[in-house]
Amino acid sequence: METHGFAFLAPWLIFAPLVGLLLNILLGGWFMKQPWGERAIGAIAASASGAAFVVSALLAYTVSAAHGELMTVPFAQWIHIGTLELDWTFRLDSLSTTMMLVVSGVGTLIHIYAIGYMHEDVRFKNDIPRYQRFFVFLNLFIAAMMILVSGDSYMMLFVGWEGVGLCSFLLIGFWYDMDTLGRSSWANSNAAKKAFITNRIGDFGFLIAGFLMFWRLGSFQFDQVFAAAPALAASDHTTIILITLFMLIGVAGKSAQIPLYVWLPDAMAGPTPVSALIHAATMVTAGVYLITRSAPLYTLVPEAQYIVAMTGAVTALFAATIAVGQYDIKKVLAYSTISQLGFMVAAVGMGAYVAGMFHLITHAFFKALLFLSAGSVILGLERGHHHLAHGHGHGDHHEEVFDPGDMRNMGGLRKTMPVTFWLYMIGTLALAGIVPFAGFWSKDEILLDANLHYTGVYWILTIAAFLTAFYMGRQIWMVFFGEARHEAAAHAEESPAVMTVPLMVLAALSVLGGALNLPFEGFHNLTHWLGHTLGEVEAMPLNGVVAGVSTVLALTAIFVSWLLYGRNPLKAGQPDPLKKPLGLAFTGMENKWFVDEGYWFAIVDRYVDIARFLADKIDWEFWHDFVHEKVIAGTYNWLSNSALNEGLDKRVIDAIANGLGKATQWLSGTTRKFQNGFVRSYALSVFLGVVIILGYLLLK
Amino acid sequence: MVDISYYILLSAVLFTIGAMGVLVRRNPLIIFMSVELMLNAANLAFVSFASMHGSLDGQIFVFFVMTVAAAEVAVGLALIVQIFKSRHSINVDEMNSLKG
Amino acid sequence: MEFLSQPLTLLTFFPLLGVLALAFIPGERKNLLRWTALVTTLVTFGLSLWVLSMFDASNPSLQLGKPYDWITVAGWNIQYHLGVDGLSILLVLLTAFLTPISILSTWTAVEERVKDFMMFFLLLEVGMMGVFLAQDLFLFYIFWEFTLVPMYFLIGIWGGPRRIYAAVKFFLYTMAGSILMLLAILWLGIYQQTFSVPEMIAKGGIPNGVQFWLFLAFTAAFAIKVPMWPLHSWLPDAHVEAPTAGSVILAGVLLKMGTYGFLRFNIPLFPQAAVQMAPWIALFATIGIIYGAAVSYAQSDVKKLVAYSSVSHLGFVMLGMFALNEQGIEGAILQMINHGLSTGALFLLIGMIYEQTHTREIKVYGGLWKITPIFGTIMLIASLSSMGLPGLNGFVGEFTILLGAFGSQAIGSPWFAGISAAGVIMAAVYILYMFQKMFLGPTGSIVEEVKHHGHALRDLNWREILTVLPLLIFIFWIGLYPKPFFDLMTPTVHNLVAALPLP
Repeated sequence: METHGFAFLAPWLIFAPLVGLLLNILLGGWFMKQPWGERAIGAIAASASGAAFVVSALLAYTVSAAHGELMTVPFAQWIHIGTLELDWTFRLDSLSTTMMLVVSGVGTLIHIYAIGYMHEDVRFKNDIPRYQRFFVFLNLFIAAMMILVSGDSYMMLFVGWEGVGLCSFLLIGFWYDMDTLGRSSWANSNAAKKAFITNRIGDFGFLIAGFLMFWRLGSFQFDQVFAAAPALAASDHTTIILITLFMLIGVAGKSAQIPLYVWLPDAMAGPTPVSALIHAATMVTAGVYLITRSAPLYTLVPEAQYIVAMTGAVTALFAATIAVGQYDIKKVLAYSTISQLGFMVAAVGMGAYVAGMFHLITHAFFKALLFLSAGSVILGLERGHHHLAHGHGHGDHHEEVFDPGDMRNMGGLRKTMPVTFWLYMIGTLALAGIVPFAGFWSKDEILLDANLHYTGVYWILTIAAFLTAFYMGRQIWMVFFGEARHEAAAHAEESPAVMTVPLMVLAALSVLGGALNLPFEGFHNLTHWLGHTLGEVEAMPLNGVVAGVSTVLALTAIFVSWLLYGRNPLKAGQPDPLKKPLGLAFTGMENKWFVDEGYWFAIVDRYVDIARFLADKIDWEFWHDFVHEKVIAGTYNWLSNSALNEGLDKRVIDAIANGLGKATQWLSGTTRKFQNGFVRSYALSVFLGVVIILGYLLLK
Repeated sequence: MVDISYYILLSAVLFTIGAMGVLVRRNPLIIFMSVELMLNAANLAFVSFASMHGSLDGQIFVFFVMTVAAAEVAVGLALIVQIFKSRHSINVDEMNSLKG
Repeated sequence: MEFLSQPLTLLTFFPLLGVLALAFIPGERKNLLRWTALVTTLVTFGLSLWVLSMFDASNPSLQLGKPYDWITVAGWNIQYHLGVDGLSILLVLLTAFLTPISILSTWTAVEERVKDFMMFFLLLEVGMMGVFLAQDLFLFYIFWEFTLVPMYFLIGIWGGPRRIYAAVKFFLYTMAGSILMLLAILWLGIYQQTFSVPEMIAKGGIPNGVQFWLFLAFTAAFAIKVPMWPLHSWLPDAHVEAPTAGSVILAGVLLKMGTYGFLRFNIPLFPQAAVQMAPWIALFATIGIIYGAAVSYAQSDVKKLVAYSSVSHLGFVMLGMFALNEQGIEGAILQMINHGLSTGALFLLIGMIYEQTHTREIKVYGGLWKITPIFGTIMLIASLSSMGLPGLNGFVGEFTILLGAFGSQAIGSPWFAGISAAGVIMAAVYILYMFQKMFLGPTGSIVEEVKHHGHALRDLNWREILTVLPLLIFIFWIGLYPKPFFDLMTPTVHNLVAALPLP
């Protein structure tokens, strides 16, 4: 196939991070012995990711120069059996290049941030050599994510899909031998395992969708599937619904939707750059990308679309309620991410693919910003705590467990960490949907679509948006305002430039990101750009009512949060002011509505019970020990020993043999007397014999 | 021409004498002589029947018998000498070590 | 004597030369014995590559060997016939590949009676090669039974505490199934006037009713060997007690003899019965997949965990094979190789840590990744391969198998594949459980205990890395670019499927 422009560079999307990874594996050990080693490792990893960004930009340019024409870059064959044809082929169109830009762009910024963050993190955790490993995993993630977004078939996408799942596992479990507070524990590795297994449940759905697709639509390749789908939808509607719904299970796993969202909050066990990159900006949006990519399938089945939209909307609201009751700065953001992913899934479910993608992009900016700023806050507290521990001499502070992520330990950080404060503020305003920050425009577009299509979804999302603004306001007041509730917060220190500069870039993007797709005539850039891939969609103008309602609600929510948390700042040890008025409901929010406990009780414990039962009772006691040992071997032993050996052999056969022997003995005892040794008596018997025989012969 | 029956009669008498000698006497040398007597009785019968039938078969057999007898005496005398050397007696009534 | 110069004959019997050489080396010169065995198996591997270079992948029929009359009395036509085709070439290569690796793994693990060990190992290789190459049922049966003997001694002499029990159990179970197969072989040989498999296939014409019984008789032998649920009870005992190299060969090659038997004999010889029985085999395979995965999770002994995972993995192979379509069968063949690589690697790695700690209890481990980073990383790759992560070999096999089984005409229902796909989740559960409990989390008690005995836990040394590295290369190669492997089998499988009377 003829390729244009820079399309030939497509494989370097993957090779660039792989080269970085290999360099860091091979040379990292040596680097770590040098004084400048950490910076070298970070630089290699960041430039590898940066190279991928450059390639993405060149590819996007190539696509745009070709007016959004689809390009495929075949690289190698993968699995060819009969009619099954899977290839390593890159797909370049406006949708995939957009994703590439987001992934590698945000990814590179986070790489740079991580150089500074991990430098301190490994020191607080007392394991400096692990620095190298972090960047290896991070590059591996970029490579896997690039496979995901650039694949030309569902199965190549799946390779990336599980690949990022693996990286997520590795990075959540990065501090695998401790919990989030650095104590020796199984907690982090449990979180990692939980993420991987939950994702695998989603992957199971993805696989089934794939099998159905292959046998009913004849291919995994996107264009072939989409070409065959309308005919099947006409003849066998149910199959398409099944395909899309099984795919939704996959989406629920990867993009943390109900009922598979539970892994994402636990995933905060990973270092903060990981939470920002994987569990906010890029990987978790893969599900949204998948549905957008499969738009031609979903468009055929409105029933499935409705289910997707409702799933997203309910998740958005549900997660938002939990976010209100959290105390951990990252947990709030995690539930917020689930909630925002719900917005995106709802959008793509409604067929508002551009709105979903738009929100995906802006969310990547402001959520990465928020997470990284949260990381800065956490490190700031760690520094403060560290400072204190050293200042107060030895012994007395070592026993105390200090949680630098707990917002109840913070307060008043506005003064000690001003840069971080302002960055966090920008992220919050963007997330809360305040004009003119990026989040406002994208969220508004989703609400607009919902208002047009499904009123129910619209109302749910609107409430979720209200809660979003509320819990972000709560966070801001608790973290940055009031008085420090812990000594560490009072002594918190600002982060270095290597961390804050990438944040500033992200902040700028969070402010200006809305410009990608303003709801004004002539500014629907993203709509047109993605239209090359998704088909021209009608760009919607701003709806004053929808925008007005959401803005008023957001401002109200922030005001309410000020009333509760800003006007009378929380004191150390004081319970949350919402606890009293909400009562039991707030206990539910605090405890994530006990969903984890429910899953644990209903599924995990049951599975362990069943596995134990099968292994111990059925397989070992019954099958191995009883059937095989007792029944088969035992019966054989009984037969051979008791029945045949003792019974037949000893009693019957031995008796016969012994009897014969005894008879012979008796006989010989009797006859031996004839042999007296005297030759003449023998001669006499011979003589007598002759006489008898002769006599017989003669007298016969 | 003497009637064949006389030869046979003589042969039978000689054989009986030999047989009685073997059964009755205790000296192995005498027993041997008795055995020789029996063999020669048989030889006599062979020769007489051969002459009666006009065939040489019987005569040839006599030579075999004589050869065997010579060999038997040689082996027997050697045994007797050995037994005497070890036991200082050749009384056959004392030789019962092959008793069962 | 012309047959002696046949490449396949050379390949099969070359290790006998090694046995001969070993016989003349004094037992106390252990390193010389090891090197002799290693070189012999490496040359055998070279011979297998030579065979590969002469193998014509585009030719679907048997190659590189022709039949010689062997025993022709009383109307019995028994031939000495070795041949290779797309069904067996990869297994032959796998055998030749895994044997030197196993020998390398015994370098420090086997100190007692090295000479006998190596001799039995080389004899075992002869038997395994013969099984995969024999094209005459009688010859096949001889090789098939022959493999039992060296394995019996390998488990029985160099095994763990309950080695005699395990060895006898292994021997008896395999033997019990084989008897029924022998009867079926004799019946076939008399009925068809030949024992030659290709001739039998060409003649065909076995009545349907009889096919069914013959199929069952062959199944008895092969299903125990695989082992298919519920005939797996001998496997955990054999694996737990066997020495590392024995486990590697047992999981890597001997189990494949069962699945290979189905592929080589059951399907082409009794096509009607195969099609008719496909749903039943699929049912048992599916139960095996789910059951093996669940039971594996509840094990406290890491070797037992991997042993039960084999029940699950081999269930996938059976499921794919009896999908009786190209995707399923090619996936099944590839999965045989994959299982040999990934489970082989897992057993090797477990053996390496066992050599230092002398325990297989999962709960005493923990946090090993920190102490032995190279070991942890390699273990992670082998584990991920075993649980079928895309990009590694396990996925290619499992995916094609499930895809084939999902749309199989012979199985006739997507439910089996659908339920089996849940086995993919369960595989993640038990593999991650094992990896987490051994390599992540707080440092386990064994670390202190080993230190207490005077030497701290060490990471892999060069020899150990060299032992597993070849496996890792193939784990990646097959995962990313399996085309060369599929190309070897495609024509043969295509013909095999075309000959089936599918509904």
